[in-house]
Amino acid sequence: MTTTRDPITARGAAQPTVGWPPWRRALWYHAAFWARTWRGQVLSSFLFPILFLASMGLGVGQLVNNHAGGVDGVPYLDFVAPALLAMNAMQIASNETMWPILASFKWTRSYWTAVSTPVSAKDLVIAKLSWVGIHVAMVGVSFTLVVAMFGALHSPWAVLLPLAGVLTGLAYAAPIAAYTATQENPNSFPVFYRFMIIPMFLFSGGFYPISQLPGWLQSVVQIVPLYHGVALCRTLALGQGTPAATAYHIAFLLALASVGSWLCVRSFRRKLEA
Amino acid sequence: MPLVAARGLVKRFGEFTAVDGIDFEIYGGESFGFLGPNGAGKTSTMKMVSCISPATEGELTVLGMDPQREGPRIRARLGLVPQEDSLELELTAMDNLIMYGRYFDLPRAEIRRRVTQLAERANDKADNFSGGMKRRLTIARSLISEPDLLILDEPTTGLDPQARHLVWERLYRLKSEGVTLVITTHYMDEAEQLCDRLVVMDRGKIVAHGAPRDLIERHSTREVLELRFGLNGHGPHAVVVEDLAERVEELPDRLLLYVKDGDEALAAVHARGLTPESALVRRSTLEDVFLRLTGRTLVD
Repeated sequence: MTTTRDPITARGAAQPTVGWPPWRRALWYHAAFWARTWRGQVLSSFLFPILFLASMGLGVGQLVNNHAGGVDGVPYLDFVAPALLAMNAMQIASNETMWPILASFKWTRSYWTAVSTPVSAKDLVIAKLSWVGIHVAMVGVSFTLVVAMFGALHSPWAVLLPLAGVLTGLAYAAPIAAYTATQENPNSFPVFYRFMIIPMFLFSGGFYPISQLPGWLQSVVQIVPLYHGVALCRTLALGQGTPAATAYHIAFLLALASVGSWLCVRSFRRKLEA
Repeated sequence: MPLVAARGLVKRFGEFTAVDGIDFEIYGGESFGFLGPNGAGKTSTMKMVSCISPATEGELTVLGMDPQREGPRIRARLGLVPQEDSLELELTAMDNLIMYGRYFDLPRAEIRRRVTQLAERANDKADNFSGGMKRRLTIARSLISEPDLLILDEPTTGLDPQARHLVWERLYRLKSEGVTLVITTHYMDEAEQLCDRLVVMDRGKIVAHGAPRDLIERHSTREVLELRFGLNGHGPHAVVVEDLAERVEELPDRLLLYVKDGDEALAAVHARGLTPESALVRRSTLEDVFLRLTGRTLVD
């Protein structure tokens, strides 16, 4: 074996490497942390949808089915189940991109550690968003299986449900992460959660068709990303919806995820590489 | 060829100029220091040298490369010990090293092979380590990639005296192994003990450079006589002893007389009928150099 000697330091410059690009090394960080606590997380990501489906499908569902004969021609459970996946994706995305990102900047300072290595701010963004995507995908697969077990899927397109979840998750994760990177403390997080996330959860057509809402509110809801996530998931699960509407939902979420990612790289760079 | 070369280096944050046109060169195998009070521009300089923050103006080469264009390649060969600890406290010492080593794309087995010193504490949570041990773990972490240049930003700030000695001992060992060290500090004793060569920084500028002993010889006398006269002010006494020393500095709590022979000067002070509450004869330090050059003390 020949060792190349560096002309400046006169030291052997060869390092054994695995051959991963920097962003994947940063992704490994997330995966390694997740691997330490995966039991608790898997449990909650299975349990949450099962409890929800049971309560909605058996409790509220009975009531709706008996009195209104289901919603949009399907039983209430089948109507609400795909929406829960989109809501779950939003939940995971916001949980992953508020406190944990602030912690990595301020408390554990792990982002500062990372940028003193060959990893750059952009790599950290790619890794973080990839991680949110992977996390949502894992939950999405288990969720889709649970929904299938309840017999609530009506279309073969339903195999794409985890992907729709990922897209919804990224449409939230990227802009929220971009915002978090501009914050010095978590003071605004509870406000954001209470006045943005929870209303979106309640009013984006997950639990009832938005045609039930007053007209002005319907047009507001249509600019909420979760509305498009819910509609997309429902389209895939029930095989309803026109190609044009579906393309619009996808485009809306993609646009948010892309613009959000760009903003995110910008705010991470401003913070870490100033 | 120097490992690091800077010419006219400037760092501005908006209107504020943190580093105001400095020149320096750092050579392989030496231990180079940036000494100055808080806010002198040391950390900003460190961030530019470690290719995290870009220079606003001036030329900088690190390991012969341009940080602007080859940041990740340079950082692959640097080790950085930041001012604030940034360990993953939930993880064990070994996992901290693995986590960090993975950023350098080192295989796990290779990281384990390189960890020789942790021994019995490898599987302790980093949170359970003392302040000095945390610092040493951070230093161990920065060495996992076997860097050509180790950069330490205020390595002992916030540590108790015992922990400081623990860190110094480790750095001294690295120095004797030929590792190139770059250290920022506002402790003159640290700079004197660890640095072969240093620059003294104040308000973003370099006010002096050289070996610690040379700087002291050039800018101060051999000995210093410190006199304390209680709380009623030292001004009147300063006038009386003025001609006994090459220079007299009046600090809020004491007078400093810069002299060749401290004991002789003290005898002369007594001979003039002055009875200070306390008197101390000591060698000149970098603190005196800083005071001479800037009119201020290093640690306020």
